[in-house]
Amino acid sequence: MSGETGPRKVNLKKLRPYGDIMDDGTVQLCFTLPVEPSPEAREAAVQFCQKMGFDPVKVATMEKAAEGFSTFVIYGNTKFSVDFTAIKVLKVDAQKRAREEIDEIIRTRIGRKLVVLGACTGFDAHTVGIDAIMNMKGFAGDYGLERYQWLDARNLGAQVLNEDLLKRAVEAKADAILVSKVVTQHNIHQRDLKDLMARAKKQGLLEKMIFVAGGPRVTHPLALECGFDAGFGVGTKPSDVASYIVEEFLRRQGVSLDEAKPKAPARKKGKKS
Amino acid sequence: MAHLSLDPKKIETCRKLASSIARPIEGLIQAHTTIAIERATLRLLGVNGAVTRNGQYYPEVNAIIDTLHKAGVLGQGVLHWFANGMIQKKMSAAELGSAVARGKVDLLKLPRAPEATVRAKARELCEQARDLLVERREQRDGIRRETRDTFDPEGKNGPLLYVIVATGNIFDDVIQARAAAQAGADAIAVIRSTAQSLLDFVPHGATTEGFGGTYATQENFRIMREALDEESRKLGRYIRLTNYCSGLCMPEIAALGALERLDFLLNDAMYGILFRDINMKRTLIDQHFSRLIIALSRIVIHTGEDNYLTTADAVENGHQVLASQFINERFASHAHMTENLMGLGHAQEMNPEHPNVFLLEIARAQMTRDIFPKAPIKFMPPTRHKCGDIFYSHLMDAMFNFVGVLTGQTIQLLGMATEAMHTPLLQDRWMSIKNAKYIFGGAKDLGADISFRPNGIIEKWAEKVLDETVAHLEMIHGKGLMKAIEERAFAEVSRTETGGKGHDGVIVRAQGYLNPFFELL
Ligand code: B12
Repeated sequence: MSGETGPRKVNLKKLRPYGDIMDDGTVQLCFTLPVEPSPEAREAAVQFCQKMGFDPVKVATMEKAAEGFSTFVIYGNTKFSVDFTAIKVLKVDAQKRAREEIDEIIRTRIGRKLVVLGACTGFDAHTVGIDAIMNMKGFAGDYGLERYQWLDARNLGAQVLNEDLLKRAVEAKADAILVSKVVTQHNIHQRDLKDLMARAKKQGLLEKMIFVAGGPRVTHPLALECGFDAGFGVGTKPSDVASYIVEEFLRRQGVSLDEAKPKAPARKKGKKS
Repeated sequence: MAHLSLDPKKIETCRKLASSIARPIEGLIQAHTTIAIERATLRLLGVNGAVTRNGQYYPEVNAIIDTLHKAGVLGQGVLHWFANGMIQKKMSAAELGSAVARGKVDLLKLPRAPEATVRAKARELCEQARDLLVERREQRDGIRRETRDTFDPEGKNGPLLYVIVATGNIFDDVIQARAAAQAGADAIAVIRSTAQSLLDFVPHGATTEGFGGTYATQENFRIMREALDEESRKLGRYIRLTNYCSGLCMPEIAALGALERLDFLLNDAMYGILFRDINMKRTLIDQHFSRLIIALSRIVIHTGEDNYLTTADAVENGHQVLASQFINERFASHAHMTENLMGLGHAQEMNPEHPNVFLLEIARAQMTRDIFPKAPIKFMPPTRHKCGDIFYSHLMDAMFNFVGVLTGQTIQLLGMATEAMHTPLLQDRWMSIKNAKYIFGGAKDLGADISFRPNGIIEKWAEKVLDETVAHLEMIHGKGLMKAIEERAFAEVSRTETGGKGHDGVIVRAQGYLNPFFELL
């Protein structure tokens, strides 16, 4: 008898993975070692997990995936924990608003359409992500930027070279540039994103335009690291992006939207990580 | 095998419409050549070396054709100049190619042999090239016999287990491919590096750096085929090799693939047009020549209709896939391809949350089987709705495998649990092969043991898609294929007749255009 009177509560100062008992630290792992299955291979897998801080380590299976390769499924219990209360994540700084509200803000506070150019750059041919943000139809029931009355949204499609994108942006006097990157092998996405920003900097465009990156492996911190103003990842909706653009545009004019909040009820801060 | 009761008259109507849709394009093909066709012609004669430019390999055929194209004399066909060059310089094709590419011989400044002599020489060269292709084909067929080959285009022996490797490095690809074969894969595709299809030359030599795939080069083909030959012999089971024959170098990749004994080639102009923005005229003309080579080499093509369902909703747009398959079938037979070489593509890409989604997918897969009974249908796995939840994703693949074996698909590209993450790891592929073997074995004869309820959900869905296909083909016929593509007939993508990459490589054939391959292949 442990003398417990109810379910154990989570300790946020020492957060651990949960299996079926609070704080059990259970983790499921799967990996391959480039050696034939053997008792030694199994032991190697166990030691490897121990070095990662797992104890005990239970090898659920060791399979011969091919000659000279064993694939393992393993359960281990970790002794490590993290202090959840001390965690800080950089998030896109914008309040989430609805399309009508955003249009209204632009109409009343800016008085002209904001020009937004979108493209999937480099040799990346994936258009579905940028289309989801830009095209009328939008994504997950949220209309795309083309649908906004007060945005002049132009989708340049895929395989757009960085230098062409900037040229088009200058010609169009763009207020915001949206870049999609999907292929990430060998970090090609980061290379392309950084290259764009280096060019933009050289041309003195950083202050004139808002640079937004997006894609399934893009995060806000990663975008910042590449020199962008904001980054959006999996599941982004067009209104998330529009909310950010309008707020950032006004922020650069020295206007904070918080003071002159229109009638809409206060909502949670947009949380994109 | 259970069949759907589709109206044969409607299917006949589709075929008739497809052939009238293709006819104007066939006229276009007849009247033009392209820089890629001319390069492929030289490659078939054995000009496969490279020069160095800016520290990188540049193929000799490009150096030669660039010059002739700039001079505006390709309308007569490269052989008009090159065969004459061989006569004048008394060099082999490889020797002359090397000399011209290095600027040591100027084909346009040589004296001319009598027209008939040049023509006879060209014909002789092309006949030799054709014989070599036949020899390579027979060599490949020999290895198939020597090992064990259970491939049946009609899918009677169950779906072929087909997986991809895509490390970017050909030597790592070999490790992954061998491992896959040992785990049970029957066919391996080496995915090409991002944007190779936009290069107007074929990279040269073994390559170790690619993005999202590995460059298709003759040497990479050779390295991989050699490894798979060895693996086939060891396993006593023939392992097929696939590569990508689309983009700006379509005819050349066909030539190199044929020379290096490839088994499958993804070969579809529509894919290049819609997903890579390659000019439609260029690639349709290129496709024809590539398919002539493919037909002679008896390579099975895979068409790319499955991709339409990544940009257009799969529940609503089955008819786009089917309409395009009819058109592709027509283009293939125009290039003398027989049905057993037409790996028409489609995919299980419907939203997994759609009610009765498996009934609709079964309807689509079964009707594809029934409408093209002799074709080695290529069935592609869910990708669009794959997400980071690899466990759910694995389940989606299991259901895909179930539909594949039930409906007698021929070539089943196995889905990967990690589709939404990265190109497959060794363990991803292993897990996926295990999944397929389990389901293909366990439901092996299910298709033969059931029948579809007349007027049931499955039959009705198939009928609806067939009706929509007739209507779609009628619309395309009315507008013409190019205009229809402009108006988003496929994949919700719009392309124009003169837009896209590679249009400047299209050349009007002059009177007396010389290329005996068009008669010999
Ligand atoms: C559809 C698809 C294709 C289609 C693309 C059709 C088209 N016109 O887009 C086709 C078949 C052509 C294709 C080709 C290739 N593909 Co692909 N493809 C996919 C697939 C299946 C789905 C992608 C998709 O459409 N997702 C749906 C959209 C809505 O999601 P999303 O892109 O994440 O977008 C959302 C967010 O990220 C965000 N977002 C995205 N962009 C932006 C931009 C901004 C500014 C903002 C704010 C937000 C934002 O908002 C969107 C909505 O929420 C994925 C696998 C998968 N399931 O993810 C592979 C995948 C992306 N492809 C992959 C690869 C490797 C390729 C190829 C390189 C393969 C090859 N070697 O030929 C080629 C690409 C060639 C090239 N030049 O790029 C890999 C990438 C691996 C990696 N991490 O590097 C994946 C992951 C598959 C895999 N496991 O191998 N592909």
